[in-house]
Amino acid sequence: MIGRYARVVADHFALDTDTILADPEVRIVVCCGAGGVGKTTTAAACALRAAEEHGRRTVVLTIDPARRLAQSLGLTELDNRPRLVKTAGDGELHAMMLDMKRTFDEVVEAHTNPERAKEIFANPFYQAMSSTFSGTQEYMAMEKLGQLRAEDRWDLIVVDTPPSRSALDFLDAPARLARFLDGRMLRLLLAPAKAGGRSMFRFVSASFSLFSRAVEKVIGGQLLRDLSGFVEALDSMFGGFRARAERTYRVLQHPQTAFLLVATPESDAIREACYFAERLVAERMPLAGLVLNRVHTTAVPGLSAADSLRAAEAIAESHPGAAAALRVHAELMQLVVREQRVTARFTRAFPAVPYVEVPALPTDVHDLDGLRSFFPAPPSATPAPTSPAPV
Amino acid sequence: MVTGKGGTGKTTVAAALALTLAAGGHRVLLVEVEGRQGIAQLFGIEPLPYEERKVAEAEGGGEVRALAVDPESALLEYLDRFYRLGAAGRALRRLGAIDFATTIAPGVRDVLLTGKVKEAATRTEGGHRVYRAVVLDAPPAGRIGRFLNVTTETARLAKVGPIKTQSEGVAALLRSPMTAVHLVTLLEEMPIQETADTLAELTELRLPVGKVIINAARPPLLVEGLVSQAELRAGLAAAGLPADPATVAGLHLETQDYLAREQLETRLRLEVAGLGRPVVELPLLPGGADRAGLATLAAALR
Repeated sequence: MIGRYARVVADHFALDTDTILADPEVRIVVCCGAGGVGKTTTAAACALRAAEEHGRRTVVLTIDPARRLAQSLGLTELDNRPRLVKTAGDGELHAMMLDMKRTFDEVVEAHTNPERAKEIFANPFYQAMSSTFSGTQEYMAMEKLGQLRAEDRWDLIVVDTPPSRSALDFLDAPARLARFLDGRMLRLLLAPAKAGGRSMFRFVSASFSLFSRAVEKVIGGQLLRDLSGFVEALDSMFGGFRARAERTYRVLQHPQTAFLLVATPESDAIREACYFAERLVAERMPLAGLVLNRVHTTAVPGLSAADSLRAAEAIAESHPGAAAALRVHAELMQLVVREQRVTARFTRAFPAVPYVEVPALPTDVHDLDGLRSFFPAPPSATPAPTSPAPV
Repeated sequence: MVTGKGGTGKTTVAAALALTLAAGGHRVLLVEVEGRQGIAQLFGIEPLPYEERKVAEAEGGGEVRALAVDPESALLEYLDRFYRLGAAGRALRRLGAIDFATTIAPGVRDVLLTGKVKEAATRTEGGHRVYRAVVLDAPPAGRIGRFLNVTTETARLAKVGPIKTQSEGVAALLRSPMTAVHLVTLLEEMPIQETADTLAELTELRLPVGKVIINAARPPLLVEGLVSQAELRAGLAAAGLPADPATVAGLHLETQDYLAREQLETRLRLEVAGLGRPVVELPLLPGGADRAGLATLAAALR
């Protein structure tokens, strides 16, 4: 299953991001993981590298970039279209920031006539849903991905995933939204509207009267009327809503897609990464590997924290400068050891998933040079192990 | 309310704050709303059901109970309490109406979640409040404004009726002196920028901002400045440690990085101070957020 982009380094499979980014068969890279682990930066760094080093026409779709990173990508205006950031030989880097409301509006405009579109835009339910529904961002990110792919202008599309409440939302939300817009509840709400709209539940059977009273009581009549109007207006155009969601889902399963899991060596992020890896495997999504971001390293791995602290104590009076340096080293060693312990939770659970470590930098990345040096020079490969690898 | 950029340690800080408030024989409820089961993982217990459970004892006989609120259970409870919709509630679930109300209808989900917080915060038994405080491990900074600004979203949809009444009640509590929204950050550029943005947003929404909590702050190690390689070599030799060139150069490099990092942190501390809110610093926990670690943080929050 795994191994296409891996090679053996020391004791684990190293993720070779360059092989992914250079592979003409790979058309979509999806970066996913918990919030705050550097998904957007990873996505931007991948896209820049694909354009500059591998000569690919690349677009990066960002969801919510930090302001200075957005500026460095030329994303000062949110116009929902890819903008050229730079060219390098054959390679091009384009970047865009998702405007979920505008993407939703465009879907509406593309599938209905101007009058109907106007009606839909005026509906308070549509207004609220297109800008705030918890799954809209995820759905629209996938919708935009579908659009970019359909344009066929790109060798590679790199997608950042929304900072969801759970890392799974972007897989689930499109189906949920489709299920809802396509589903029984809507048919039920819609039937009376189609029948003349005098009574929401005129034709429903007696067993539903309990339901109708409950809905009216809890949701309120006016809201229900707005919703009914909204649903009716959308009904014609969203007949294939589920089909679109399913198509996107299948594209994600296809080997042309590579999922990059992004995490930091901290408990929460690693836990999310484990959860996500499990889920990707279960859904047969092509998981390429883990990018372990902000990893601390030591220049003196042979000197333990305990020995350093003991020595610092002993020479505190005679050599205060050296003692301070030893305390600095002890603190770093403690951190390094803890990070290794936390990371092992992932590598033990998913021994066949390759990973690459990205060292911690003192400052955030906010320019192209920073993105360029995001992935360190790859570690040198060792010959294949003599015993078969546990793939 | 405890919020902050993802990865800043909101859940840990919320749990420590609950322990602080429970110290001295009080009862505090710690609530999470995002279905992450972060509290259970932090305390090393089984996933929390929709039920208030004791998770920790605080200093001086207090106790912290925890609750994982999910919108579906909150809605069914709400329907049952106010409408006595036992069987009908289940019928609603079968028809996808619960799914609708909790995931699709904008704002309704948040009213349900904050509504449950309000219910717990104002609950009384025998004329006394059941909880001294309710601590919410709130959604991250990027979503907190929308989450707490419940009335605006629902008012767009419901101009009369129970959703409006409920959301107005919640909004009144959230804007009262009973509420404080604490912002957790790290001494790093992006979380601090997001803290500043969130602060502005909450102020604009007239939501009461509490403290800025700097999490995982490293204590100064009394490094006077960069120590020379010669001094290092002498020190290592005096301590009986290997003083080979690689070790000396390595320690020199690490100290250099440390000083650069400390300079940056000094600048970032000033930036945080410039936000104009009370600031609390919580120490980095070398052993992670175990029980002892939480007790350390709780003491620092006192």
